[in-house]
Amino acid sequence: MTWLPYALVAASTLAIVASRRWPERVQAVVLPLSLALIGLCAWHVAALRQERPVFPTPAGVWSGLQDLTQLAPAGSPDDPGAGVPRLWRYVVASLFRVGWGFTLAALVGIPLGLLAGWSLRTFLAINPLVQALRPISPIAWIPVAILWFGVADGAAVFLIFLSSFFPIVVGTMAAVRNISLVHVRSAQNFGLTGLELFRHVVFPAALPQIITTLRLALGVAWLVVVAAEMIAVNSGLGYLIIDARNMGMRYDLVLAGMLVIGLIGILLDGLIRRLERFDEVRWGYQQR
Amino acid sequence: MSGANGPGRAKVVLQGVGKSFETRKGPLEVLQAVDLEVREGELVCLLGPSGCGKSTLLNMVAGFEHPSVGRVLIDGEEVTRPNPRRVFVFQEYGIFPWASVWDNVSLGLRALPRAEQARTAQHVIDLVGLTGFEKAYPFELSGGMKQRVEVARALAVSPDVIYMDEPFGALDSLTRLTMRAELIRIWQAERKTILFVTHDVDESIQLADRVVVFTRRPGRIAEIITVGLPHPRDLGSPEYGRVKNRLFKLLGVRHEV
Repeated sequence: MTWLPYALVAASTLAIVASRRWPERVQAVVLPLSLALIGLCAWHVAALRQERPVFPTPAGVWSGLQDLTQLAPAGSPDDPGAGVPRLWRYVVASLFRVGWGFTLAALVGIPLGLLAGWSLRTFLAINPLVQALRPISPIAWIPVAILWFGVADGAAVFLIFLSSFFPIVVGTMAAVRNISLVHVRSAQNFGLTGLELFRHVVFPAALPQIITTLRLALGVAWLVVVAAEMIAVNSGLGYLIIDARNMGMRYDLVLAGMLVIGLIGILLDGLIRRLERFDEVRWGYQQR
Repeated sequence: MSGANGPGRAKVVLQGVGKSFETRKGPLEVLQAVDLEVREGELVCLLGPSGCGKSTLLNMVAGFEHPSVGRVLIDGEEVTRPNPRRVFVFQEYGIFPWASVWDNVSLGLRALPRAEQARTAQHVIDLVGLTGFEKAYPFELSGGMKQRVEVARALAVSPDVIYMDEPFGALDSLTRLTMRAELIRIWQAERKTILFVTHDVDESIQLADRVVVFTRRPGRIAEIITVGLPHPRDLGSPEYGRVKNRLFKLLGVRHEV
């Protein structure tokens, strides 16, 4: 069926051209699907024309993905005897590290950012330090992380923490410094001080922007966990990719792993976006 | 001080209040030697062109800013900081968009027992005509309704004085008229002292017992005009027209177009 990809490309091109007159809702589905189909066909044809068949076809990636969701043969190095397919164990391992690192970063970063955004003295004290550490890529910390935590979850969690902590602190500080003067004065007028001030005004006023910050930080955390797992641990989706390459050039597994990373990234973003729908924060996303 | 001879003792007293700001080009004087006495229960409008310092003056009376010279006294005591007994109503909605109408109005009632909190909140919400909107969030309300929430929030703490800085400036002209009538109704029911900043001549005549007219920057008091009309005021009466002419003349604006 060597003609099939060409036929699909022709059909997709036709659909793109013809869809011009279709309703926008239909176009929103037809256009990206057709484009993706053309890409897949080009990929398929190009992969078949390699001299050494290292790079897999789309179908190869699909079967690689199925391999990953099968139980590994008992006794093989991939089978810890847990009775759970490799892919799910690795997904859980990666999510576990991101979950801990990100949560810790939020638990430390948000209060610190609120304080530094509100109190000028705290800001003056910590801002230079934060700004100096922030541009250091979490990847650069990998040797230090391994030194402190060994090749274990701790190292990866620490790296995720670093990757999320700085954006969260900086974003929260900015959010607080952006609170409108009218709201600050209202709070002063009604005699709010201390914790009450934070609970009734500073935190809720900054919350929409804090959520946006969390969203960005989670995106970065998901990028960093893959890199961290390639070096600092021996499980997780990052490890899967580097392992599949090192042990037998299994590029079908490499690409399957990349696909799963992308899908989970979309899922995480969708989850955190749900926070934007609460009545307490909707005001922050409407005008502006 | 002025020709008015209404009842009530002096509530808010300004003595030689002036204000200048530091700018790159040197100090900028926005207000000069303002002397004023506002009596308890009086509704006084501060009227002047944009930039004459009338909002700055109100911010100083409220304790958000401090005079460069002179003093502001309320009940004989110098104002140094904001005080929950005197509430400010802002032009750009000072109510909290993250809180429901009910929670906004309850902001100043935190110290009260629950039952009393609920009773007071409901009372002021009814008073400003927002019954049924207790659970709504500000983004679900119109501009006029948001301003009512802010007025209710101010009234809830039963303040001695209410400061209003062009509170209806962002509303359309019909809503503005309704809101003025509402304000007068509430003011007549509660008899608070109100200081009301506006640049709208009609607004000042419709609301005020006395209108304090400011000059251009640096702002000084040009004259204090007593509006002798009883409420509700007839906007077509000869007296209304007479006051209006006088105010336009003081502001240096030609009345005819």
